Formats: sequence, C-alpha cells, structure tokens
Amino acid sequence: MAPKNSKVTRNPNLIPGIGKYSRSQMYHKKGLWAIKAKNGGQFPHHEKKAKPETTSEKPPKFYPADDVKKPLVNKRKPKPTKLRTSITPGTVLIILTGRFKGKRVVFLKQLPSGLLLITGPFKINGVPLRRVNQSYVIATSTKVDISGVDVNKLDDKYFGKKAEKKKKKGEGEFFEAEKEDKNVLPQEKKDDQKLVDASLIQSIEAVPDLKAYLAARFSLKSGMKPHELVF
Amino acid sequence: MPFKRYVEIGRVALVNYGKDYGRLVVIVDVIDQNRALVDAPDMVRTQMNFKRLSLTDIKIDIKRVPKKKTLIKAMQEADVQGKWEKSSWGRKLIVQKKRASLNDFDRFKLMLAKIKRGGIIRQELAKLKKEAASS
Repeated sequence: MAPKNSKVTRNPNLIPGIGKYSRSQMYHKKGLWAIKAKNGGQFPHHEKKAKPETTSEKPPKFYPADDVKKPLVNKRKPKPTKLRTSITPGTVLIILTGRFKGKRVVFLKQLPSGLLLITGPFKINGVPLRRVNQSYVIATSTKVDISGVDVNKLDDKYFGKKAEKKKKKGEGEFFEAEKEDKNVLPQEKKDDQKLVDASLIQSIEAVPDLKAYLAARFSLKSGMKPHELVF
Repeated sequence: MPFKRYVEIGRVALVNYGKDYGRLVVIVDVIDQNRALVDAPDMVRTQMNFKRLSLTDIKIDIKRVPKKKTLIKAMQEADVQGKWEKSSWGRKLIVQKKRASLNDFDRFKLMLAKIKRGGIIRQELAKLKKEAASS
C-alpha cells in the first residue's frame, strides 16, 4: 500500500484521553472482522522469528558500588552560523576590528566553522586569504563578480595552526633550536593567494574606481551617522 | 511683509509631520480654523491639521472637494509634479533624498569627483591669477 503522508486517526479525540468511538465501534472501523474472515475466523498469527544463536555473555567481573548514570544521548550536529542575507559571495565587506580594520575586502565563502573566508585581494590592499567573523564586519551592497574563483580547497584546516613537532629537550641547544623560522609563509599559500586573486582582480578592474575603492580604508567622517548611512 | 501663500482650495502643500511625511497634497476643503480636507492622487482623502502642512507656491484650479478623477486631471494639466521638481525647494528635497540613499561605494566615487572638480577649479583660478598678476 502506498504510504500516507499524514497520519489521520480513525478515532478523533473528544478530550485528550477519550476517543469518539468505543472499543467495539473501533473494532468495526478498523475492519478487524474482515481480517478475521479472510483468515478463517482467527486473527492472523505469525510465528516469532527465531533469534540467531548468540554466544552467552559472561557475567561482568566488576559492578560499580553505586549505580552509574548513563548520560542522555545527544544527536545534535552544530550548524555553521546563519549568514546574514546581505552577505553573498562577492560582497564587499568592511572589516571593523583587528589589524585590517577599516579595510574593504571581498567575501568568498562561508567556511564550515561559520567564519567568513575573505581576500583583499592581496595586491590591492594587503589583506591575504583570511578568516573573519561575521559579527565584526559591515556588509556593503557592492558586489564583485566572483565566478572565476575556485575556493574549494580552502577550508578551516587550511587556516588552522600547524601541529608543532615534538622538540627534544637538549639543554645546550634549547635556545638555538627555538630560533627556527616559524614565521615564513609557505610558498604553497602564496601560490594559492595568487591563484584566487588573479581572476578576482580582472573582474575588479572591469568596474571603474572599484580598485581604488578597495585600496582605500573606510573611516567615519564628521557628520556621518552610522545608523542613517546606507552601506 | 504680507503673506504670499494662502490657504485656499487648490493650494498644494507638503506634509511635514506624520505618516505621510514628504507627500505633496492638495487642499480640497477647509473644515474649521485648524483643519483642512486634503487629497492626493495616491492617497485616501483625509483631514489634516494645518500645522502638519507646509504651503507651497503651487496652486491648481479646482472646485470645492472634486472627484478623484477631476483632481488628478487638474493636477496633470497644471503639471504640479513638474513645477515642484523644477522649484528650488523641490530640487533640494530630491538632492537630500539622493544623498541619503548613497551606497558606500557611491560615497567614495562622490569624493573622487569632488577632488577632481576642486582640482580643475584651482587650476583655472591659478591661470586667472597669473593673468591678473602679469597684466
């Protein structure tokens, strides 16, 4: 039989706990008489399926003194933060905090952690591929064409801190060993930056003044009221 | 200093307070000392206190409480909208609205244009100064 999308009860509630129809009326409504008749006077009875032989479990060696409470099962899967409707791929954002405050950058995509992936582009305003929180950003209504950009390989792991290799504790060499260069950006990341920015810069240069706009920082001037400004 | 703009039937006014702020309306009747019956093509005819109205220079020729169709026809014949948009008051309001709706990018482009204009003016001024100094 085709499954019904909504379950309609044959016995509507007059009050929760009291149905409209009596037990014998329900017997008739459910058609149990017809099922019995089809089966020759008896209600169809199916033999219980034989359970497969399981090896008998040994009684445990240890019982805890007090009953151990089992924690309730939690099937919650965290979702990435809800993205503001004004932020779509290609939107120009104004960063409000951090060393790039005031910079206007291009939004690429939202990462699974909820953070926004942005890029300056680096050649235009010095902002690299970076993650930024939605709360510290103003979304403008200016959009850049982002169709030529491939950001599939960039995710949270790409930006996370690299796990440090365990250092052996040699006493004399302790301070020298610390001086390894940790601050050099790997060439691979520089190449990724160039790749992402190449097509972006082309679509930016297609719009007059947009390059200069992204290169300039935003600041509040005298007389500007943020709550009245249209961004 | 006599009054130049009178409350009369057909006087076009600007609503300066309330739900219809910024709308151009026509006074179609006077109710009492404080209130007028006011009408506009896209609005239900309502009463308004005179304090909510700012009278304009524009006046149209209608009889007391005309039908909506007659009102619209009279407004089009007198070209109220056109006269308003050409008047300095009307133009000021349009500019204010435009400035308020500017995007962040638009404001940036405006700044560039202002700088460019200032540069051209300064060049011309320098040229004129030089001519004045040399002559």
